[in-house]
Amino acid sequence: MAHLAKTHEQQEGSLDWNGGNIPLKASWGKLMMWFFLLSDAFSFSALLITYAMIRYSHAAYHGTIENFKFSLDYWPVPDKVFEAMPFLHGVSLPLVFVGIMTFILIMSSVTMVLAVEAGHRNDRKDVEKWMLWTILGGFTFLGCQAWEWTHFIHGSDKGGATDVYGSVIYGANLIQNQYGPVPFANLFFFITGFHGFHVFSGVMLNVLVFYNTAFGVYANPDRVIDEGAGRYEMIEKVGLYWHFVDLVWVFVFTAFYLI
Amino acid sequence: MAEVHAHTHAEGEIAKPNTAGIWRTFWVLLAITGLEFIIALAIPSSIVPHIVKVGVYIILTIAKAFYIVAEFMHLKHEVKFLGMCIVLPMIFIAWLLIAMIMEGGGLYIRWR
Repeated sequence: MAHLAKTHEQQEGSLDWNGGNIPLKASWGKLMMWFFLLSDAFSFSALLITYAMIRYSHAAYHGTIENFKFSLDYWPVPDKVFEAMPFLHGVSLPLVFVGIMTFILIMSSVTMVLAVEAGHRNDRKDVEKWMLWTILGGFTFLGCQAWEWTHFIHGSDKGGATDVYGSVIYGANLIQNQYGPVPFANLFFFITGFHGFHVFSGVMLNVLVFYNTAFGVYANPDRVIDEGAGRYEMIEKVGLYWHFVDLVWVFVFTAFYLI
Repeated sequence: MAEVHAHTHAEGEIAKPNTAGIWRTFWVLLAITGLEFIIALAIPSSIVPHIVKVGVYIILTIAKAFYIVAEFMHLKHEVKFLGMCIVLPMIFIAWLLIAMIMEGGGLYIRWR
């Protein structure tokens, strides 16, 4: 905030939302983004709490990991479900691909915060550069997720659990899946899908602010901005959303892939 | 307003990037994620029970969340009350999570 105060030191008297002060010393737009993110956090929490409850209402697998077999009787072990990797068919690499996805998302969060930092310095070229990297990271993550879903839906060569009639189940859909109890795949589709949709929205917002930066919308001195806001504050607000998407992934990752 | 802001984006006046703190946070996040992978893949459940691992994962996840929210989302540097507005409602989430896990355990016993 010190920085914002500095860019506006010449107009100290008018630093307000037109009511004489700035509530919580944040610009109106940024504060509303924070409150939106809080409500979105509630949505995701509801989904993850649902996951926890359904997970704990099913049996856990108690044997050793070497002897693990997919079965409808207990919740699957994540190391055995998520062990595939593009271009390495049939090789067991537990959690490696999802590790790469996590790295991509954290990395794009870093490039986003670098874009925000460049915005604070009114450095248009740097904002453009870092926004492009962030967009690239977002699309890469979405591509990885598409592959992950495709593999999850098609399943492994040998299939997995057997259904009540004794025939082997291949792949996953909303009715049955080769990995374990029906709600496992349903929750996977719903929660990672909802998160993926958020990532997609985030990429669209990133493209939008990149476009505005590249065409000089934010650099235009005639543009009216929020009282108390920097010229490139839109980067900061979209950045908050983008970091939130990363934050949600941290929790989805722990719930689905580790526990 | 145009006159007021004209000087802030003039050519040649762009400040040098100051990104050391950003990269420090990045390395912390990467190290925590790496640690989670080591616990998940290199330590067998016969040495460390699964329930202990889960506890460690949750602590590490909250640590990561703290770094993202405090540093990347800049909440640590905002007014304290704004931080409280965002963080305190999360108490309800923690309560509902614990309540629903207990409910789930109860359902398991009932359905078994």
